[in-house]
Amino acid sequence: MDAEPTVHPLPLAVAPATARPRASLARRPRPLERLAEGLVRVTAYGAVAAVGAVLFFVLREAVPLFADAALALEVPAGSLFSPTAAADGAWQFVWQPVAEPPKLNLLPLLLGSLKVTLVALLVATPVAVMAALWVSEFAPARARQPVKIVVELLAGVPSVVVGVFALSVLASWVQRAAHTPHRLNALVAGLALSLAVAPLVFTVAEDALRAVPDSYRAAGRALGADRRHVALGIVLPAASPGILAGIALGAARALGETMIVLLASGNAAIFDTDLGLSTRTVTATIAQELGEVTVGSAHWHVLFVLGAMLVVVSLGVNVASDAAMRHMRRKLGTGS
Amino acid sequence: MTRKRRSRTGERALWVAGASATLVLVALLVLVLGDAVTSGGSALTWTFLSQPPRDGMRAGGVLPAIVGTALLTLGMTVVAVPAGVATAVWLVAYVPKASRRATLVRVAVANLAAVPAVVFGLFGLGFFVSVVGKRMDAVLQTAGPVWGKPALVWSALTLALLTLPVVVVSAEQAMRTVPRDLLDASLALGATRWQTIVRVLIPEALPGIMTGTVLAIGRGAGEVAPILFTGVAYYLPSLPTSPADPFMSLGYHAYVLATQSPDPARTRPLLGATVLMLLAVTLAASSAAIVLRSRARGRR
Repeated sequence: MDAEPTVHPLPLAVAPATARPRASLARRPRPLERLAEGLVRVTAYGAVAAVGAVLFFVLREAVPLFADAALALEVPAGSLFSPTAAADGAWQFVWQPVAEPPKLNLLPLLLGSLKVTLVALLVATPVAVMAALWVSEFAPARARQPVKIVVELLAGVPSVVVGVFALSVLASWVQRAAHTPHRLNALVAGLALSLAVAPLVFTVAEDALRAVPDSYRAAGRALGADRRHVALGIVLPAASPGILAGIALGAARALGETMIVLLASGNAAIFDTDLGLSTRTVTATIAQELGEVTVGSAHWHVLFVLGAMLVVVSLGVNVASDAAMRHMRRKLGTGS
Repeated sequence: MTRKRRSRTGERALWVAGASATLVLVALLVLVLGDAVTSGGSALTWTFLSQPPRDGMRAGGVLPAIVGTALLTLGMTVVAVPAGVATAVWLVAYVPKASRRATLVRVAVANLAAVPAVVFGLFGLGFFVSVVGKRMDAVLQTAGPVWGKPALVWSALTLALLTLPVVVVSAEQAMRTVPRDLLDASLALGATRWQTIVRVLIPEALPGIMTGTVLAIGRGAGEVAPILFTGVAYYLPSLPTSPADPFMSLGYHAYVLATQSPDPARTRPLLGATVLMLLAVTLAASSAAIVLRSRARGRR
């Protein structure tokens, strides 16, 4: 039995008030039921095992790159990040896994992921947060539900569909407007990503704004603040940890998104900050190269290193934003 | 007086800014849907639905991709829904809500939901195909790799893992809203805990479980990255007949049409129609979830 004092919402999991030997009002289970209950428990812990297994099997293929002596000699860990000298003596960072010898520098890919993620956040965050603020503070009650439905439908659009839209429509618009050197580039990929990021940021931000108790708003109004000051000066700051958590989750989503960038970024690993140039991200690299790589080669292990980076960052962001959200709810007294 | 008027202008400006931001979100949805309809609507014919691709994917239809997506989603649902419901049952009926054990499982589920789709693909290849599949071939002593290669079953299992959190969260939420009186009554009549779960808790939470199921189907049917290395195929002349076969899927087919067509102009309507099919499946699932949820809310 668990030692923590808890509130039990359902009688099925209720600890006895009196010192009875059984933990619930229920009768002793029959033998077959005991088996079923065992299965239920195993399945529940299966989720824990699954997360562990995902980490284990990705890391298992990533670690040899650093641990295996022959591989470490072939691709020293430092070479993944340090520049090489070009023919004219200038420093360069090159990802050319099929060149001879292979050039496996991760910086072009990391920069690519960073570029598209920043564009996506810069575009999606203001729109999503403003929309969330409007829905939670200003919108007439009958507009709320439809807006939420639209956002849910937008979130339900598969990323490959967004990618195709970016490739065939958005890219042409961007090129006409910005005259970018490449038709598919970091800007197009970032804009397309913002379609996937905005619903997520909106949902988390709206949740956070809703968690601010009405007493805050009433107190503000009673002190003479108008709705704008209540919204921007009271509700928004109070909800800011949750909104930041939403932005962080949006960043993780953008970093981890594959099909959109695969279709919209042009996929050339160019180490350059120019948003108009074609770009290759970490996820797109895995998606494009894992199918053709020799199992067990240095290139294979490097792809798993990229996967390990992705999973570590995503889980880290998830845990941190969850903690931020919890902290905020506790502070506001709306925790569950 | 002046101050008040100024502040009302500021208030109105904020209102307009917020409303415009919301309109942008609505417009984005309309834009994506509108493009799919205009570019693919004309190509969405009976031939398209009932024929395999022909002429280097420049003609014909998407029947194998429809069948593949259906089988894939079915396989995924058969695994993810029972597993998700079982997890929810355990969380609701067997452990106190804030206990350490419950928190551990809940955090694991939340983190599973945070793993990027492409990493699930890596995992599916590194675990299901290379470990489980290879081991099965060794045990069954098959001639050549049968299970130890990308296959429908491994893609379905990979997707089941990806959609498990969706089912768990919806099912748990629904089970927590089942009135305590009902469960008390069942127990007081002498039912065992398991009988109460099977005959009261799960039936009462069914709308929520259905919501989770359709959400999972919508999500799973549209995902491409997790199946890239675990079983999806570029082109197959025949439909899959065994779980060990590779398959075609609508999402991957759209990707292939968009990137590898020798003749983009002729492929464009087919691409649009494929996207339209995919959107129809996923948006139907989202809408069904929305309807189910509002109905469940209305009942209580």
